[in-house]
Amino acid sequence: MKFRLYRYSPESGEKPFMQDVELDIEPAGKMLLDALLAIKAQDETLSLRRSCREGVCGSDAVNVNGKNRLACITPLSELKEPIEVRPLPGLPVIRDLIVDMEPFYKQYRSIKPWLINDEPEPEVERLQSPADRALLDGAYECILCACCTTSCPSFWWNPDTFVGPAGLLQAYRFIADSRDEATAARLDNLEDPYRLYRCRGIMNCVDACPKGLNPTAAIGRIKSLLVKRRV
Amino acid sequence: MKSATGSHTGTGTWLLQRATAVVLALALPGLAMYFLTALPVDFAGWQALFAPLWLRVLMLLMAAALALHAWVGMRDIFMDYAHPTVLRLTLHLAVILTLAGSLAWLAAILFGTAWSAA
Amino acid sequence: MNARRFDALIIGGGGAGLRAALQLARSDYKVAVVSKVFPTRSHTVSAQGGITAALANVDDDRWEWHMYDTVKGGDWLGDQDAIEFMCREAASAVYELEHMGLPFSRLDNGKIYQRPFGGQSKNFGGEQATRTCAAADRTGHALLHTLYQQNIAHRTQFFDEYFALDLIRDADGYCLGVTAISIETGEPLLIEARATLLATGGAGRVFGNSSNAMINTGDGLGMVLRAGLPLQDMEFWQFHPTGIAGVGSLITEGVRGEGGYLLNKNGERFMERYAPHAKDLAGRDVVARAIAIEIAEGRGCGPHGDHVDLKLDHLGETLIAEKLPGIRELAVRFAGVDPAKAPIPVAPTAHYMMGGIPANLHGQVVAPARFGPEEPVPGLYAVGECACVSVHGANRLGGNSLLDLIVFGRAAGLHMLEYLRDNPYPRDLPDNAAEASLVRLSRWDRPGSERVAAITDDLRRMMQMHAGVFRTDAVLRAGLEKLDALEDRLENAGLQDTSRVFNTARIEALELENLIVVARATLVSAIHRTESRGAHTRDDFPARDDAHWLKHTLYSRAGDQVDAKPVRLKPLTVETIQPQERVY
Repeated sequence: MKFRLYRYSPESGEKPFMQDVELDIEPAGKMLLDALLAIKAQDETLSLRRSCREGVCGSDAVNVNGKNRLACITPLSELKEPIEVRPLPGLPVIRDLIVDMEPFYKQYRSIKPWLINDEPEPEVERLQSPADRALLDGAYECILCACCTTSCPSFWWNPDTFVGPAGLLQAYRFIADSRDEATAARLDNLEDPYRLYRCRGIMNCVDACPKGLNPTAAIGRIKSLLVKRRV
Repeated sequence: MKSATGSHTGTGTWLLQRATAVVLALALPGLAMYFLTALPVDFAGWQALFAPLWLRVLMLLMAAALALHAWVGMRDIFMDYAHPTVLRLTLHLAVILTLAGSLAWLAAILFGTAWSAA
Repeated sequence: MNARRFDALIIGGGGAGLRAALQLARSDYKVAVVSKVFPTRSHTVSAQGGITAALANVDDDRWEWHMYDTVKGGDWLGDQDAIEFMCREAASAVYELEHMGLPFSRLDNGKIYQRPFGGQSKNFGGEQATRTCAAADRTGHALLHTLYQQNIAHRTQFFDEYFALDLIRDADGYCLGVTAISIETGEPLLIEARATLLATGGAGRVFGNSSNAMINTGDGLGMVLRAGLPLQDMEFWQFHPTGIAGVGSLITEGVRGEGGYLLNKNGERFMERYAPHAKDLAGRDVVARAIAIEIAEGRGCGPHGDHVDLKLDHLGETLIAEKLPGIRELAVRFAGVDPAKAPIPVAPTAHYMMGGIPANLHGQVVAPARFGPEEPVPGLYAVGECACVSVHGANRLGGNSLLDLIVFGRAAGLHMLEYLRDNPYPRDLPDNAAEASLVRLSRWDRPGSERVAAITDDLRRMMQMHAGVFRTDAVLRAGLEKLDALEDRLENAGLQDTSRVFNTARIEALELENLIVVARATLVSAIHRTESRGAHTRDDFPARDDAHWLKHTLYSRAGDQVDAKPVRLKPLTVETIQPQERVY
């Protein structure tokens, strides 16, 4: 199979370039990650992140033929050749397919992604109805792979001020949690022309999410909560 | 230099853009119908068409809605792409002046001396 | 060389490490976590089923019943004091997670949802119990993210994408920190701490077919062995009989429950020979061993003859779509076969390491020293899969691994606080504290003809063949011979890529060094234990032998020495659960 890989080594002094690679691999049942690892076995200098190789850890997000995907659950047979693999867009490239995720993580941390409940703590669990728990479905499953946020043009232009779809989805996860008491503060934290309102409903995030989550819908719910408390 | 966010504003402008969009969506087809049913061919015809005061008030309100809608939209675009503060302020100012000027001009046309002369 | 100094240091950002870090971060002590991946990429994230605790939300339950099941599941090799401690603490540990925000699934009355799991019983071996608390089938993900979030809230210092190299110990045996390397810059770093906790997870990648993440390379185990400390019970590895061949993802027993069966390359339904009555639904260890024998005797399928076929197309499209949709998706995605049309290639898959760094129920690493077999190593702790407390004995029950992380992560954190109070001043670092690590690092600047990836592949294939579910003295010794050859090849290995920035080839070489010593510990310990117990099945010694082997093995690297220490049969407060025959 034919591949075109984005290569960049900061130590070489060379500019980034696209490398053509031919790999003898039977695509049936194989994932893109298998191919990348096979290429790496031939040429150790290719660098990429990987861990669980089953789509739950979020390490190996890359841009494949123009779309952000997890290499480990992207079947080779689905891809048109030459398969063009690039690092995630919108983040600084450290080397080859590895980007600096810190701007993404920083936005995630900025929404205070932890449960806040200052009520006295019972010795057993806090109760939550199955219906209230169901509100978290579609939000808590995020694996922080950054496929969505790095496909968002609004994040490309304002990575330091726009929270981005992943962070906003997590913000909604805590707003929606019946056990969390900081809804007002969380809304305050987001109410800002940049932090939230850079989202224009482009919906690249929905298209990119490898877990089938819908950040745009969560952002819409946050906006309607903001409107509700204003009017 | 780190950039400070957290102005606790934004919902108002966002809402404004939605509200003006609704106004435009409702008013535009009505006005279009009104004009198209009796498309005038000369200046006198146009003057007659604009004679009712309610229509002129509605026109101005609609234009105001359009200006506000455009202002939020243009502001968003500049916030996205024009990062240096001076440049962004200049662009904002230019949009505000253009929109306000256009509104004033429209008001002058709709309620100006032409009417008293007629 | 750059150096940093903290009060406490955690190596590993999985469930155990993050739970311990949280305990320390809540205090005024400065705590740092070193993780070779961003913490939520740790293998805890892959755990699906749940975390076991006798909450009795669904059905009657008591922690004593949980304790009985755990002792029995571990084939009486588990230390009963530690097991009692874990089962007693289980409920409060789970409630604590709930308070932290873990999104558990819920029952109609709003309490935490619990589901039945294998090996669970009521009333000391009675009816099936319902004891495993779950967040859908993403419990590990929910748990790991919750703990990471709490650590952000408490401003734990993270060294993400730093690879720990070696422990630093002084002449008195105190652990004073570690050496590490920044993966991003390639710069070595010395991190000093009065207390160091190893939470580096398992080493399942030492096997060719493994359900483990690629990062599970036993790095903490390598560090401990290089520091001259022993590893305990390294012969005990849990295998699941039907992992997708070459991938490792699990194919549930439910497939065989629905009528699927296994075939060798001759199309023979071979389980009829091994278990004439239960056939393909015999016990996990029996099925796993039968598959291993078929492969070893040359009746495996595929070009390498390294798997057997799991046939279920005769069940019909409707039944598969209705009862096994998840399995179909997995098979299509990872094996490239639609099980409604073709068989799934399966092989036993390494799943969990019961052995590890010997630790007591406070998480302190214990080793034979002057006065006995279990003296704490001052300043050194270990929890999670890398540790052997031992609560899982010879075979772990499902749902107990997440519990192990949380209970002992917390216990270790608490004990480290005490230790920090009692040892308020840092001890002097020995001269050239980082010397050994720097030598090890610079070794990889040396050119060599052998490739790391090739050696790693051969090591994993060797371990699958020689230390898998099918073990005899001859098979294990043959494996050891191959391992000697692999070690020679490692000596002659060199990197094509000697750059600094994000050189993952260098990291993989360092990981291979750890895998090799884990492989040796496993083979030597497995040769030593001449009985079959739990997950360790010796064909030449098919019976459990309590008279000689009701004891833990302790492997030391120097001279491949194997020592023993007694199993702690006496619990903390309750009566000993006396060894019996293990039947379900």
